[in-house]
Amino acid sequence: MKRLIYLDNSATTKPCPEAIQAALEAMTEGFGNPSSLYELGLAAENIVTSVREELSSFLDCREDEIYFTSSGSESNNTAIFGAAELLCRRGKHIVTTAIEHSSILEPMKRLESKGYEVTYLLPEKNGNIPLDSIKNAIRKDTILVSLMAVNNETGAILPFELVKEMIKEKESPALLHIDAVQAFGKIELVPNDFGADLVSISAHKIHGIKGSGALYVKKGIKLPALILGGGQEKNLRSGTEAVPAIAAFGAAVKALTPIKQRNDRVKQIRAYAIEKLSAFDNVVINSPDNGLPYILNFSFLGYRSETLLHYLEGYNICVSSGSACSKGAGSHVLRSMGLENNRVDSALRISFNSQTNEEEIDILYEALVAASAKLKKSVR
Amino acid sequence: MKEIILIKNGELALKGLNRMTFEDILIKNIKQSLKALGNIEVKRAQSTIIITPHCEDFPFKKALDRVEKIFGIAAYCRAAVCEKNMEDIIKVAIPYLEESLKAAKTFKVEAKRSDKKFPLTSPEISKTLGGEILKNYHHLKVDVHNPDVVVTVEVRDFGAYVRAGQLHGAGGMPVGTGGRASILISGGIDSPVAAWMMAKRGIKLNAIHFASPPYTSLRAEQKVKKLLSKVAAYSGAIPVGVVPFTEIQEAIANNCPEEYFTLIMRRMMMRISQRIAQNSGSMALITGESVGQVASQTLPALVTTDKVVDMPVFRPLIGMDKEEIVIISRKIDTFETSIEPYEDCCTVFTPKHPRTNPKLEAVEKAEQLIDFEEMIERAVEGTIFETIEA
Repeated sequence: MKRLIYLDNSATTKPCPEAIQAALEAMTEGFGNPSSLYELGLAAENIVTSVREELSSFLDCREDEIYFTSSGSESNNTAIFGAAELLCRRGKHIVTTAIEHSSILEPMKRLESKGYEVTYLLPEKNGNIPLDSIKNAIRKDTILVSLMAVNNETGAILPFELVKEMIKEKESPALLHIDAVQAFGKIELVPNDFGADLVSISAHKIHGIKGSGALYVKKGIKLPALILGGGQEKNLRSGTEAVPAIAAFGAAVKALTPIKQRNDRVKQIRAYAIEKLSAFDNVVINSPDNGLPYILNFSFLGYRSETLLHYLEGYNICVSSGSACSKGAGSHVLRSMGLENNRVDSALRISFNSQTNEEEIDILYEALVAASAKLKKSVR
Repeated sequence: MKEIILIKNGELALKGLNRMTFEDILIKNIKQSLKALGNIEVKRAQSTIIITPHCEDFPFKKALDRVEKIFGIAAYCRAAVCEKNMEDIIKVAIPYLEESLKAAKTFKVEAKRSDKKFPLTSPEISKTLGGEILKNYHHLKVDVHNPDVVVTVEVRDFGAYVRAGQLHGAGGMPVGTGGRASILISGGIDSPVAAWMMAKRGIKLNAIHFASPPYTSLRAEQKVKKLLSKVAAYSGAIPVGVVPFTEIQEAIANNCPEEYFTLIMRRMMMRISQRIAQNSGSMALITGESVGQVASQTLPALVTTDKVVDMPVFRPLIGMDKEEIVIISRKIDTFETSIEPYEDCCTVFTPKHPRTNPKLEAVEKAEQLIDFEEMIERAVEGTIFETIEA
């Protein structure tokens, strides 16, 4: 078996040893139900509490502002439906962007069907959302502005830090929700500093394990719950806590190296990849220059994403296709950026972690050279 | 109380001297389909097949779901076994039929007496049991013309049964009575339906799938196997051959005129399929094509495609509209799987303007631009077989 070249870290990451160890301990020693009254239950509760502390210190917020969920998607759903219900008497207008994750867009569609009005802001051709358009969209009856910090397909960093000021300026009651699933642990992000009311994060994007996410809810906001039951997470999210996944979440956060020095290294890798790719005259970079260094989206013109992806799979290289398949509509993000069909249909996303090295990029490069020689260009 | 499943044969009863053979195959299929559910005995009596479980807690509901899918069955039902005297028939029937009778307003009793030594005649049986039912279920009325429930008593040589109503079976002929044929399956909506329709007429199925990695993915192949597994619930296990097709598709795309890509590809598929089919004992090929659905399915295109094989190619959907096909695919539960969006070999290298009225000579000339024989050889030899169970 050829060595695995994993270049899909925005899809998920390999759990770090610390996370695996913490999950294992939570399953073997601390397997009790945190709600149980005896000591075994208390031990499990203590695990959850200590991770809450870990996250609150990382986000520089209060411990009681962190709520555990099952995933980034659940955090997003909870934030949107919660905010819409909470403020429905103040207005029915919501502002978001056309390049959000489906766990934002689908809840928005549901709200539209229930009579809410949603404004979807369009990106510029480089993937950035213009500041003016956000400002112009906010109204007195806007109750929620939901913006991703970093776009998952292109790595574009949205001007989320400036939105709260605009909301104030427009005298709008809107809550500010930031989907920080891709940004968490990769850019400095302190909710209180930029006035976020709600922030979604996820564990498995930073070398934790699947099944754990969290929602930051600013103290004082009484969000209605999506899942009702035993009253866990102060009634916002009932259901027995996923203690092993939460334990791994805490360990993964603890294991994160300082952002600045890590990002400098990833920037080098990204620059190296761009340099290698520039050797192909059919490559166009779709990510903005000033985007998150972990994500690089490019089109390999003339070849369909899915075909390339499977070809690279033959080299044991994992990347992501911009569009799922020719039968699908292609990436809604690239489309809303106004890119031409051939660019959307041939888009690939590679995403790095701090361990990604030049040698792996070289192997990707060689595989793409082979693909150009071997694969038949799509005639479409 | 003991319960059994009664099965009425479909058109089998018409098959004269072959009837026994047909019934044997049906019984074999029933045993095969139910064997995982527990120990059962399957026997025949006149035109009825009787399934008697010999185990505790036989899962009747699961068994009936499976029986519903077996071809060659006109009707089926659950029934209670009684001793062959009127007292016991009444004793069993009154509580056994409670659920059906409570849900009904009107009923009638039908009696079938094949044991002519039984002391009561059929009308007498009906009258006696009907009277007892009226005594026990006061809300009921008798309606001999249009009853909500028909209670049936069968008195046979070796026992008596009582039941309420019966369900429609899958119809058709028992799979295995009609020879073997190979379905070309891509993963779309049509081919599983075509396969199902042929199985309904008693044809045993093999399947052939063309894979073109990396243009097609492993998920597309898994999807096809999932579809076959759904069809296998009706047809029995299906052996499938997955043909490595990349080399040929690339050769076509690199060398032949674009407008003929799809047609030449179909002809290659036919040639390969015929060889695989012959090796596996199939007598015919089956496809899910219907006239005019896409460019490669116009009459001239179909004719051009068929020229390369001697075997008959059956297209049971030939005269059907898409909507009619979708209705069946929903019924046999393949629709949701069929619409999973994975690239399949038919959508790779689709020409912009395919020929809808191809001339045979032109296609043959275009094909001669490359020597396909060795590639076909390699594709046939490289085919990997697997048997897909329900």
